[in-house]
Amino acid sequence: MSEEAAIEVAGLLKSYGDTEVLRGIDLRVPAGGVHALLGPNGAGKTTTVRVLSTLSGPDGGVVRVAGHDVRRERAAVRRRISVTGQYAALDEQQTGRENLWTFGRLRGLGRRAARERAAELLGSFDLREAADRAVATYSGGMRRRLDIAAALTGGRPRVLFLDEPTTGLDPRSRRTTWGTVSELARQGVTVFLTTQYLEEADHLAGRVTLLDRGRIVAEGTPAELKRRVAARRLELTAVSPTAHQELRRRLDVAPLHDDPHGLRLSVATDGTAAAVRGLLDRLDPTADLLARFDVLDASLDDVFLALTGRATRPAGTRPKETGHAA
Amino acid sequence: MPHSHALGPTRAAPHRPAPTAGPLARVVTLTGRCVRLSARNLDALLMSLALPVLLMLVFVYLFGGAITTGDPATSYVTYVVPGVLVLCSGYGAALTASTLNGDLRSGVVDRFRSMDVGGTALVGGHVLASLARNAAATAAVLLVALLLGFRPRASLGAALAAAVVLLCYVLALSWLAAVVGALVSTPEAAGAFGFVALFLPYPSSAFVPVETMPGWLHGFAGHQPVTSVIESLRALLLGAPAGASPWIALAWCAVLLALSVPLASLALARRHR
Repeated sequence: MSEEAAIEVAGLLKSYGDTEVLRGIDLRVPAGGVHALLGPNGAGKTTTVRVLSTLSGPDGGVVRVAGHDVRRERAAVRRRISVTGQYAALDEQQTGRENLWTFGRLRGLGRRAARERAAELLGSFDLREAADRAVATYSGGMRRRLDIAAALTGGRPRVLFLDEPTTGLDPRSRRTTWGTVSELARQGVTVFLTTQYLEEADHLAGRVTLLDRGRIVAEGTPAELKRRVAARRLELTAVSPTAHQELRRRLDVAPLHDDPHGLRLSVATDGTAAAVRGLLDRLDPTADLLARFDVLDASLDDVFLALTGRATRPAGTRPKETGHAA
Repeated sequence: MPHSHALGPTRAAPHRPAPTAGPLARVVTLTGRCVRLSARNLDALLMSLALPVLLMLVFVYLFGGAITTGDPATSYVTYVVPGVLVLCSGYGAALTASTLNGDLRSGVVDRFRSMDVGGTALVGGHVLASLARNAAATAAVLLVALLLGFRPRASLGAALAAAVVLLCYVLALSWLAAVVGALVSTPEAAGAFGFVALFLPYPSSAFVPVETMPGWLHGFAGHQPVTSVIESLRALLLGAPAGASPWIALAWCAVLLALSVPLASLALARRHR
């Protein structure tokens, strides 16, 4: 096995009772950068992180993290990784400083070093003013920052696992977390994060793995993955529900998305003027059904839909994308 | 970037594996943590301090008048103090089931495990914190008892021996509580162990002499672990010959610990499959 790989997984199986959660995962994450594991709820993201970070044992397959086997060299792996789970792993009734001090001591720092490290992290994560308040009084964003800081008490880990680091955060806190993740990656930490947000994977990750029902359905850079469906997506907005129905009827290919409530339809296209003009003429020759159209870059959601036949999230909850009106 | 110095001094030594804490440092750190958390759990704290006081008042003033100990030289308050001590220690020790269970249901334990802190160190921290809590509760019982007329006649050596017996009892019962806390999945189930600990002293010589109980109960009441602990405490605190009681009590504690320590670790390992 190559030395540069931060994570190498072959044939990983994991069941809980009769439920097969991971059904043969193969994965190679090179050292450095951010790697996103993207999938809907129940895909097996958390279980993957738990096995990779030694918290659950694999039922089958080989898992090597930071150059060591998670089963046979668990202690060696644990000295090289940190995990921040989906729910804050903090003591509500301890202060931020006490939490960091406790984790620092357990990581093997001396009393003085643990105290200094806690103070330093509180400063870096903008928690100095809240340092001596119980975590119970913290906002969601503050908790998340402290939780990530807690993963750094033992110094910079080789691999940092973040399970849904921005779920439940407001947009501002999400951006702060993104900044932190990018900064850690810049400093050489391999970050392995899970997310159900496409724009998060797109924004942060150099490589993305799509997970669906315990299997990997695709892997690559966000750009590579998007190329697998179509370079562009033509988004049509109808003038009325009737017009939407009529457009849908005239369309001879399956739409990427069909959103009757929003009066929208999306169709794969290469984005050339000829193709777009041809399609518009065919669908709306009398020019009275369409309110507007946009040519957008394909999203990871399109990829997911194309590969699994299902959206990562229910229709209508996709975040607004930035496209260019044509 | 807002957090450009987040990694501070470690930058000079890239990717150095984290150091590992020694077993002692881990247990000390986790004990400190549990003590802080206990001290801030106001409900539990008030309960553990109010319980001894109320029990003492109930036994001495409500029941005490109707109970004779069979020894005119010993007032009932003096007779009953060891029983109340053991009852409260049992209740305090049983709280370990709840504190450990609460940890296991939160994400904190996952973080400990990812730092390679084992289950035995975690249980050790909870049990040692339980000893600290019980030391405080015992002090409260003794203080109230002295105010109500308890007059121990123990030599320094006997008092120390009594303290050792009580300590071992709390240690063994706390570790047993940890097994329960590691096995059950709800806080209610973990709390139920407190009832066992609260009721176990009643069918013993804690509050009334065993001879006053029905014959079929003598076998259990006379030989259950709590009785040997109470008999030891009573003899040692009153300056009477303790006989084999302290040794029997310590043997019970040793047996309980020998079972609970591996069982707790097994239960945790099973939970974290």
